[in-house]
Amino acid sequence: MKRDLISITDYSKEEYLRIMSLAAEFEASPNQDLLQGKVVASLFFEPSTRTRLSFETAISRLGGRIIGIADPGSSSTSKGETLHDTIKMVSNYADLIVMRHPLEGAARYAAEVSPVPVINAGDGANQHPTQTLLDMYSIVKTQGSLDNLNIFMVGDLKYGRTVHSLLMAMSEFENPIFNFIAPPELQMPQEYKLYLREKGIRFFEHREFTDIISEADIIYMTRVQKERFSDPIEYEQVKNVYILRNAMLEKTKPNVKILHPLPRVNEIHTDVDQNEKAYYFTQARNGVFTREAIISHIMNLK
Amino acid sequence: MSDDKKKKLKLKVSAIKEGTVIDHIPAQYLFKVISILGLDKIKNQITFGTNLESEKLGSKAIIKVSDKFFENDEINKIALIAPHAKLNIIRDYEVVEKKVVETPKEIVGIVKCFNPKCITNNEKITTRFKVVDTSPIALRCRYCEKHTVGEQIKMV
Repeated sequence: MKRDLISITDYSKEEYLRIMSLAAEFEASPNQDLLQGKVVASLFFEPSTRTRLSFETAISRLGGRIIGIADPGSSSTSKGETLHDTIKMVSNYADLIVMRHPLEGAARYAAEVSPVPVINAGDGANQHPTQTLLDMYSIVKTQGSLDNLNIFMVGDLKYGRTVHSLLMAMSEFENPIFNFIAPPELQMPQEYKLYLREKGIRFFEHREFTDIISEADIIYMTRVQKERFSDPIEYEQVKNVYILRNAMLEKTKPNVKILHPLPRVNEIHTDVDQNEKAYYFTQARNGVFTREAIISHIMNLK
Repeated sequence: MSDDKKKKLKLKVSAIKEGTVIDHIPAQYLFKVISILGLDKIKNQITFGTNLESEKLGSKAIIKVSDKFFENDEINKIALIAPHAKLNIIRDYEVVEKKVVETPKEIVGIVKCFNPKCITNNEKITTRFKVVDTSPIALRCRYCEKHTVGEQIKMV
């Protein structure tokens, strides 16, 4: 049976840990010709330069070749071809498909249509599992463990798919505590709070971004994304609510790291960048090793 | 009025010899039920009545299908729109068995996902939902993973 990676919950705790240990192997030795002779299709039906470059770097470091769509305007989709037909066609050519799509559920559907494995590189506001795995790799690398961590999530907790997936994945580990800091309009949805309650996991909700962060092991910042709002007025009201500045980090724990899926706009002030607790650029670098690990796992190369 | 006359008055849709009577269908969903069960595509004799008085539903519909006996999986497909439907299995004009519908674990091709950004609302795809709760009914889309709940449930 082919393996896909569509949703973070497709993987068990054991698989998370396996990806983590493979990622560490690739970090120690990034260039390994495991994909030699293989063709990977990189289909970006919506532009996402950062994710695309990270995947294409991972594929290149594994020695694979890339075909793909980088600009949806120039593809056959703009001529009205269905996703079904595009996937049928591309799966004739490639050994693996990496896909980003603006519609939710597009990745699950592509995996059903395609005889070759599909990796979801983001489907609308739904899932972005490789981001979650690289977040977890960044956490385990800096904290030494995925157990007993106090995780603060800040900003857009309503539409931010990365925080939802991270919450689900981290709930598989021992004794996590979550702290949510968000304006009323962008609070963590009920279904996730219900999920935590059912699992007996502690969480706290806050309006103010204050020195409560002194308890944090991880501060996960998010960008308020304009494209997720149907009402532009709502966006204008909340976009500048929470900004992390260097002075706020004085009383925080020595092991704390600040993560952000990037790109940031203004929610992390540039004066934080020099602080050793800022980790977001290294986090992006970890993404390449994590994606090498995921590809190797899916393609049975390791 | 004689008992016989009373009985005839009550019996607004003629009796069948062998087959299934589906009663207590909400009147507005009669044709939807017919379509979900594929009754518009079979050759059996079918009679139905609609806008009949019902204490429970206000206005109900009833379908009588001759020589047809439904599998549970088949009949449970109507649970979302006719949760109170009751089946009478008829052999030689007698009710030999009564059944109620049960909400299935998975709903395939009946309900529309409420999320306009779901792929199933943008390309021709059979919808699939897992039933994650029954009161109120909550359906989790296999594709976009969003929950379609209670009032949001619309038929395809």
